[in-house]
Amino acid sequence: MTVGVQLTAQDTVEKGLELAAAAGADGCVVLVDDSSSANLRWANNTLTTNGVMRGSSTTVIATVGAGEGTACGVVGQSAVTAESLAELVSSAVAAARSADPAEDTRPLVEGGAGPRWDDEPGETSVGVYESFAPALGEALRRASKENRWLYGFADHQITTTYLGSSTGLRLRHEQPEGHVTVTAKSGDLSQSAWVGSATRDFTDVDVTALDAELVRRLGWAQRTVDLPAGRYHTVVPADAVTDLVTYLYWTMGGRDAHEGRTVFSNPSGGTRVGEQLSPHPVTLRSDPHQPGCESAPFVTAHRSSSEFSVFDNGLTLRATDWIRGGRLENLLQTRFSADLTGLAVTPWIESYSLEVDGGTGSVDDLVAGVDDGLLLTCLWYIRVVDPQTLLLTGLTRDGVYRVENGEVTGAVNNFRFNESPVDLLARFTQAGATVPAFSREWGDEFPRTSAPPLLVPDFNMSSVSQAS
Amino acid sequence: MPGGALRASTKVGDVPAVDDSFLALPRRQLADAALRRAKDLGASFAEFRLARVRSETVALHDGVLEGASDSSDLGVAVRVIHQGTWGFAAGVGLTVDEAVRVAEEAVNVAQVARAINSEPIELAPEPVYDDVTWVSSYELDPLSVPVAGKVALLADYSRRLLDADGVDHVDARVMSIVENKYYANSEGTSTTQQRVRIGPSLEAFAVVDGKFDSMATCAPPAGRGWEYLTGTGWDWDSEIAQIPGWLADKLAAPSVEPGSYDLVIDPTNLWLTIHESIGHATELDRALGYEANYAGTSFATIDKVGTLTYGSPVMHVTGDRTVEHGLATVGYDDEGVAGQRWDLVEDGILVGYQIDRRMARLNSDRLGTARSNGCAFADSPGHIPIQRMANVSLQPAPGGPSTEELIGRVENGIYIVGDRSWSIDMQRYNFQFTGQRFFKITDGKLDGQLRDVAYQATTTDFWGSMEAVGGPQTYLLAGAFNCGKAQPGQVAPVSHGCPSALFRGVRILNTTQERA
Repeated sequence: MTVGVQLTAQDTVEKGLELAAAAGADGCVVLVDDSSSANLRWANNTLTTNGVMRGSSTTVIATVGAGEGTACGVVGQSAVTAESLAELVSSAVAAARSADPAEDTRPLVEGGAGPRWDDEPGETSVGVYESFAPALGEALRRASKENRWLYGFADHQITTTYLGSSTGLRLRHEQPEGHVTVTAKSGDLSQSAWVGSATRDFTDVDVTALDAELVRRLGWAQRTVDLPAGRYHTVVPADAVTDLVTYLYWTMGGRDAHEGRTVFSNPSGGTRVGEQLSPHPVTLRSDPHQPGCESAPFVTAHRSSSEFSVFDNGLTLRATDWIRGGRLENLLQTRFSADLTGLAVTPWIESYSLEVDGGTGSVDDLVAGVDDGLLLTCLWYIRVVDPQTLLLTGLTRDGVYRVENGEVTGAVNNFRFNESPVDLLARFTQAGATVPAFSREWGDEFPRTSAPPLLVPDFNMSSVSQAS
Repeated sequence: MPGGALRASTKVGDVPAVDDSFLALPRRQLADAALRRAKDLGASFAEFRLARVRSETVALHDGVLEGASDSSDLGVAVRVIHQGTWGFAAGVGLTVDEAVRVAEEAVNVAQVARAINSEPIELAPEPVYDDVTWVSSYELDPLSVPVAGKVALLADYSRRLLDADGVDHVDARVMSIVENKYYANSEGTSTTQQRVRIGPSLEAFAVVDGKFDSMATCAPPAGRGWEYLTGTGWDWDSEIAQIPGWLADKLAAPSVEPGSYDLVIDPTNLWLTIHESIGHATELDRALGYEANYAGTSFATIDKVGTLTYGSPVMHVTGDRTVEHGLATVGYDDEGVAGQRWDLVEDGILVGYQIDRRMARLNSDRLGTARSNGCAFADSPGHIPIQRMANVSLQPAPGGPSTEELIGRVENGIYIVGDRSWSIDMQRYNFQFTGQRFFKITDGKLDGQLRDVAYQATTTDFWGSMEAVGGPQTYLLAGAFNCGKAQPGQVAPVSHGCPSALFRGVRILNTTQERA
């Protein structure tokens, strides 16, 4: 029963660990995720939905000896109270007792209390939109007056994670994140444009500037050109680069590669770590302390899988180069999979930055150097067609533009593409400077990314899409 | 939580009943407090939802437990219409004070949002359902089965695959969900519901000479209980026995020659094409632009109802929230509207949409009805109800042909089985799908497998090329757990029934040549 006395996150952790020990667990990790969020959504120049949500979930990971190994039980529940916590812990211990030994068993991570352990969880509210909402209201009224339509979403959330273990860990991480995305359509709905960006607190969101960029792009679309499918000289802006590279990052599981199941598998066996993927000085790097993109500096795993191990909870995360100088350096690893593959322990980090050494200039600078080609806005509905090559399919969306003699000269129809991001990192011919980027497809769940715009000489537009 | 009190499920005779532990929550007390507070603060309409979604995932790799986790998402939500504007808030405490606070916060959100709302909210009328209960159709609550039993069954299935020649690895997984909702609104409706669903999958992998591929089971997720894993509704023994051979043949198969082919598409593949090109395209919120910034819009705009030729005359598509074992089947939706069945495409013509109460009210003239067809759904207590997909199904032809008879009509074509990769554009025109198995058809007979196949088309061209649909004997209710939509993102389970069907002249790509 969940009706009862609410505990603080810290008390939930301490009491959960005590209960697990009393129930005979050999080890235990308790994770408490406390979250709050506020959002606004609009379409056709008016509000459609909005909301403020609060949530709290507790995950108990209990371990017990099982023959020569260790078995674990994982149980999670929201809205845990003093009364329901005992039942939650006993369920986790019972699950561990009934399980076979876990193959990813490793000693629980040892340590002490980290910074701000005693602090209350962070909290957001609809007040985060105090300046944004009036500015948005003004933009919606202006759009109605100027015969265009605005559609969009603003979301802000703060999640505070408390991690405690029977081995002494007491770690706290507060993760603020937010984003705003806006689509504009011409009055007759025949043309559209999109902008999006991540933010940690909405103080840096300039609605007027976003609206001005949308107006500029709709202006480009006053002239339209139909182009057939084919391979095009294409400027891929940073947002669209992250649409593709985020998928690449998610595919970097070390165990799957070792078993021959991904693009990072060596056809002769093992992985492609050490192989030159690109002739260019490309670096793909994750750093939990990257300014502006700070993420949890320790592992939080609510379930074991090929990329996560619950036994790794609390493991310190350090800056990791996945690709350096175009060479594959590391793959996503747990301690278990690292032993299996003989590679370094390099766990998942909630951010990445793609950089090309020597890349300078903006997307506009890349456009200025194109005689005849395309400028994309973003990509959509991206799915794997062939995991062996990481061939992805998807669509261009909300703005494909014709570039002639270094200038945007009109809007072009949308296309379906078939491309592999691994191939693109080898095939691009020019890169700009790395900038904060927001993936249209994945940004709401993976917002802390940065990338350069890229010029690809032969981007494969497989067929024409009638979507507008 | 094997055998724990939270798992207890009672039965009245052979009919499952709502879980006692959910009924023990103070749902009516909290609803009364929240609705009264919202009314006192001036709300013209208010609704309260207490929801609990319990889920369990068990995953094995090569027959060994990789991870098992169990979670329960419990909370309350209040949505109000205050001075013509929506306000929504959600919380996790199950006390009267918290219910009142959430109601106050919902009104506060409506007041803040009023500055950007220019369209007063009104809802289509719906009869009042006073204290009604509904439970989905299943035999054995999957959460009452101990994890160890699940691991043992999946390990057995995995071992059968691993023991076969050529299979190098096997992933096995089952997700079980029990969803409880109590809904009450200021009009007097109150509903208590329980839905059970289960999603199993096994996938075998093989690596040959540096080339790898996989073959997954085609068993769809279903609105059933644990009995589904032991033979009710799916023949696991037969499918598992055939997968290693199919996988070996696929790895040895020739690469397809791209071009135009006649296709016979099995319901294990066609359901996903229906989902993407019909299911989403006939959601009225998309057609009205509400999803323009995220999931996208629809080419099937409301001005085309009754005139748009969606496909060939053999095309009859229904929306349905009542079919037994359907993943989108409910007694009542998340706005208190009773589950219904209606036509979306009849004789190839667009005739209807999936709608909620607000859209029904706003568009009654053009829709020819002033009633919602019950498509509001929120995936968790913390999310807002939005228009979500019903079970959208292509109807079979009474007395129609078997799959073999459809194949017999094809001189040079491909028979496609099982779903895999899928993608469609933001207006639901251009799509591309792959599959698990592609059998070449030569002179009306299967002629071995092909590799590297994808089919690509425009929605109305594709459905216009549908020459025949199979009979009821070819019909399968398939579907997915993970249909994504809305901001903040929500996932919804949905089923799609369909027969095998014959399509003429569809573009086939060779995926390796796409990369070259």
